[in-house]
Amino acid sequence: MKLNRRIFMGNGVIAATTLATPTVFANGHGKPRVVVVGGGAGGATAARYIAKDSKGKINVTLIEPSRMYYTCFFSNLYLGGVKAIDDLGHSYGKMAAGGVNVVHDWAVGVDRDTKTVALASGDTVPYDKLILSPGIDFIKDAVDGWNLSSQNAMPHAYKGGSQTELLKAQIASMPQGGTYAMVAPPNPYRCPPGPYERVSMVAHYLKSNNPTAKIIVADPKPKFSKQGLFQEGWAKHYDGMIEWISSDFGGGNVSVDPDAMTVTIDGAMVKVDVCNVIPAMKAGRIAELAGVTEGNFAPVNASDMSSKANADIYVLGDASHQGDMPKSGFSANSQAKVCANAVRGSLTGSKVFPAKFSNTCWSLIHKNDGIKVGATYKATDEKIAKVDGFISATNESADLRKATYEESEGWYAGITADMFG
Amino acid sequence: MYCKLVLVLAVMLSHGSVWAESIGVSSKGADIFKKCQACHQVGEGAKNRVGPQLNNIFGRTAGGLPGAKYSKSMIQAGEAGLVWNNETLNSFIENPKRLIAKTRMSFRGLRKENDRENLLLYLSEFSKDDTKIKVLKKFTKNNDHSVDPSILSIVGDSEYGEYLASECKACHQNSGANVGIPGINAWPTKDFVIVMHAYKQKQKPHPVMQMMAGRLSNEEIAALAVYFKDLE
Repeated sequence: MKLNRRIFMGNGVIAATTLATPTVFANGHGKPRVVVVGGGAGGATAARYIAKDSKGKINVTLIEPSRMYYTCFFSNLYLGGVKAIDDLGHSYGKMAAGGVNVVHDWAVGVDRDTKTVALASGDTVPYDKLILSPGIDFIKDAVDGWNLSSQNAMPHAYKGGSQTELLKAQIASMPQGGTYAMVAPPNPYRCPPGPYERVSMVAHYLKSNNPTAKIIVADPKPKFSKQGLFQEGWAKHYDGMIEWISSDFGGGNVSVDPDAMTVTIDGAMVKVDVCNVIPAMKAGRIAELAGVTEGNFAPVNASDMSSKANADIYVLGDASHQGDMPKSGFSANSQAKVCANAVRGSLTGSKVFPAKFSNTCWSLIHKNDGIKVGATYKATDEKIAKVDGFISATNESADLRKATYEESEGWYAGITADMFG
Repeated sequence: MYCKLVLVLAVMLSHGSVWAESIGVSSKGADIFKKCQACHQVGEGAKNRVGPQLNNIFGRTAGGLPGAKYSKSMIQAGEAGLVWNNETLNSFIENPKRLIAKTRMSFRGLRKENDRENLLLYLSEFSKDDTKIKVLKKFTKNNDHSVDPSILSIVGDSEYGEYLASECKACHQNSGANVGIPGINAWPTKDFVIVMHAYKQKQKPHPVMQMMAGRLSNEEIAALAVYFKDLE
């Protein structure tokens, strides 16, 4: 059973299953304690690296409600029929062997004075350093007519797991010639090419299963990541199937009706069969509860990812406001290593090396038609600043595109091994 | 595919004898240059035609001859620091599109080292006086691409290497597995350093690796080499 975070909360089925051993809470050995909230690309990586590199000198606790983590990255490939859902699931089984105490529970509060994290089960976990990597939540009322209770009728599928499966099932049961609509998010949001890779993968699925179906994208932005590459691919593989309505053509003026299954774009109402609403995003709620957010995200210092609001709290990945890096799993993983190095240094006196960051985002347009964009970054006083970058070119050979896709598979294997051990 | 490329390069780099087998003669080079003549001139009165004239090509910045027509990528490569010398010309002539993917030069390349050596010797006659000696030297004994012996002799800091390596492991698996992306564990340090510098100088193609290597200092590359050498 795969539980999405919201469903988990909404149904109140929080299994208060603390796997905590007494050492977690008692801190009987007087070791410094690091608590990590969120077991994704940022949190799992940070927890694992601190435990691994401190060689037992630091008590590391990872708080993560799900027992299986379903990656959001590559979930579009599942929608496109290129990957199976099981390819995306990862357990935390190896984390314990790596010296991380994994507590499957919800973090529901942070007390900065007593330096404790409150869990849904009622327990509290003390920390010396707290790392928050909660990913994203959606901004209330961002899309007119949509709220979280609409997510079964109109899934966001922008957190891995059950929402992804729901969207896939809805696409599979579209009538022949039906319509899939996407309400794309405004900047900044998780995985900038993600919505457009999704459109590509949905088209890939429909092309062979429902070739007369249509895809409509209502976008509040005038342009998007890797736009030239995606649009070239759409014309090549899915000619006439995809209609992208940018903000210049009213794509930002949208309301939805989940009961009637209609989308109104700039005054024109369309009856749709599937509606994938990806609302505007903000930091996962625990960042807000910890008081480290300013606006929608949590400002951090670029050199170590520490919060600008509190020196003992660090914020990684999508939830952070750091500068030039895109919100992506690769970025979170990269930031986690810089943070782990700094946290370990501050608690044990180990050497702290200068921050280096990097990111690469691969996207799949069609089977074996992969593209990528990437950059390197450094820490400056004000932000994480871009150093150098590259992007795939239009008109690349089929061989190169296939190699790029194969490379992305290699990356997936690499990063998931890096996260979970 | 990847693995093969890396191996081929490593073999090329580590066996100087490949170059040493014969010393090119520039009259043979004049013959080979006939393949280039449709687009390039060299010698007295040489002018830019479809391609730039090639007098004093050694030491020239890529895409940098006034009045010649270049692809955007060639100009960008020059701006990024690509200068024509033994190493870079050898790499370019072997497979132009590998070094500069969108070069205007529609020539598939000279796959035989001997041909490239002869051609470079011939072109060196139209460059500054000492160029020919440098070309000969390259093809007879120096086999480490442009990696200076002083760079190869740097002893890396393994602890720093471990930290830097965490960035590599987002893609290159810690287990050393080859899945779409090659494993890089247990490489001899010299090969590691040579390959990373080949990426850094954009002699070896791959945008991600050129970018990653491009910002590493000589000491950082040495640190990574030491760390990965001992990783099983």
